[in-house]
Amino acid sequence: MNWKCFFAMLARDAHVARRNFFVLVLQTFLQPLMFVFIFGRVMVRSGYMPEAYKSLLLPGIMAISMVFTGVWAVAMPLIAEFQFTREIEDRLLAPMEISWVAVEKVLAGTLQALIAGLVVIPMAWLILRPGVVFSLHTPLTFACVTVLVALFAACGGLALGCSVNQAHIGLMFSMVLTPMIFFGCTYYPWSALNNFPILQKVVLINPLVYASEGLRASLVPQFPHLSLAAVLVGLTLFDALLLAMGLRQFRKKAVS
Amino acid sequence: MVGIRTRDLRKVYTSSPPFAAGGGFVVPTGRGKTDKQPKPEIVALDGLTLEISPAEVFGLLGPNGAGKSTTVGILTTRVRPTAGHAWIGPHDVWKEQVAVKRLIGVVAQRPNLDFSLTAREILLFHGWYFGLDSEQRARRADELLERFKLHDRADQMVRGFSGGMMQRLSIARAMMHDPQVLFLDEPSAGLDPQTRLLLWEIIRQYNQSGKTILLTTHNMEEADALCHRLVIIDHGRNIALGTPGELKSSVPGGFLLRLRFSQPSPDLLEQLRSLAGVREVRLNDQSGADLYADRGGSLIREIATLASAASVDLQDVHISEPSLENLFLHHTGRSLRE
Repeated sequence: MNWKCFFAMLARDAHVARRNFFVLVLQTFLQPLMFVFIFGRVMVRSGYMPEAYKSLLLPGIMAISMVFTGVWAVAMPLIAEFQFTREIEDRLLAPMEISWVAVEKVLAGTLQALIAGLVVIPMAWLILRPGVVFSLHTPLTFACVTVLVALFAACGGLALGCSVNQAHIGLMFSMVLTPMIFFGCTYYPWSALNNFPILQKVVLINPLVYASEGLRASLVPQFPHLSLAAVLVGLTLFDALLLAMGLRQFRKKAVS
Repeated sequence: MVGIRTRDLRKVYTSSPPFAAGGGFVVPTGRGKTDKQPKPEIVALDGLTLEISPAEVFGLLGPNGAGKSTTVGILTTRVRPTAGHAWIGPHDVWKEQVAVKRLIGVVAQRPNLDFSLTAREILLFHGWYFGLDSEQRARRADELLERFKLHDRADQMVRGFSGGMMQRLSIARAMMHDPQVLFLDEPSAGLDPQTRLLLWEIIRQYNQSGKTILLTTHNMEEADALCHRLVIIDHGRNIALGTPGELKSSVPGGFLLRLRFSQPSPDLLEQLRSLAGVREVRLNDQSGADLYADRGGSLIREIATLASAASVDLQDVHISEPSLENLFLHHTGRSLRE
């Protein structure tokens, strides 16, 4: 394995991310923070939502930001570079197994998703305080869950980026990402679906459920959440599945 | 020094060929053997065997869809051959991809530059991928920017570059890691004449340092000017192979006269065949004829006399001198530009 080449590609992605820093920040944080402001502050202050909702919302917003960032960071460049501009050919011709080009993309996306997740916590806390109650009493669990969520975002980005046609980017958002977010237990805990037993079972095929419930379990354990074991197993399985799918699609795209 | 070999290379696409393989295939679609709903099959390469010597400039010549880009795609690890083998130096291209990629530099038919970077960064990162240290990268990038006359735009994003500048930068990038074998797919398409000459000069120099160059083109002049040897391919098959001179002298007579008459006349064609210096006459469409001869303009008067004796009007005459274009036409019945 040519680690020098792998590292050079990582450096290239870091360089491009630095260059696009402001766009990335706006793209990543504007929407979740507006959501935090309206639902966590406006709705709570005006009495439509209970005070506790602030804390409940935090892990969900973190999950959304991470998934959005990871998917965007991996899928969008891949869609463009494979289809229209063919920019990726430069990296496919670098002296390294082509699957590692995909792995590098996943690693870059994971790092971006991690940064997004870790930045959103203090930002949301600033908007929501006072009244947000969260704890980091199990840092190791939190770290594990956060890394698995970031990896899920990046692997999902790889699988989507190598499967979606450029003409269908809009569909990718409306048919995949939006339903995933709304049925992903981001704005409510999974237990809130107790009154919808069928839906409650069906949403378990949505990996975002495990992401938001996992973050909920490690950040705001005072709220009902899925067991950590279920979260870790679920996230690990989805990470592996999406990575395998993504790599397969990547190889299919890269070689004709 | 590194050579290139292929043996019985075959490539059948079951979906539309990718950008990397050019496009514009003219082979009619076949049918799957057993499927009830057969996938369309496009035969891009049909048993191509080549032997390219180290330090040779070798040309692949053919019309769009002949299989040139597919050949380059296979030799550069980007297209999986359906059957057959290909080697760069001692390495099997499909089985030892990383070793092969270290030896080759590739200029694709369409510019595929990294739009998120500046011209200099494109070269620097490319050098980094290939393991050059930072000092080597910087020095080599400077040299190439200078040589390709891109120095004043070196620190600008390439998105705003003209087609010609992008093409020059693509070639500079391919040379960045000093590859033993350079692939150039239609290198001078879209270049102005001045830049084309600069490019030819650079290719010749690069070759003189012992590097093997494989270029595809449908430009006769380019093949003639650069290639030590070339192969003419059509429908994925080798039609003719040799030095440009050998190939040109293999056309009967050398001159080609394309004639068009007001009406078909088999008797007239017979009479044309008997003219002094005429080697071959071929019916072209209903009322036209391609005449291969060892002289050109001096035949016109005799042809016109024969035509008027047969009460047929000679409506159009086109004379071309010995050229690869004629060779291609002779072998395939089609013009290279069709």
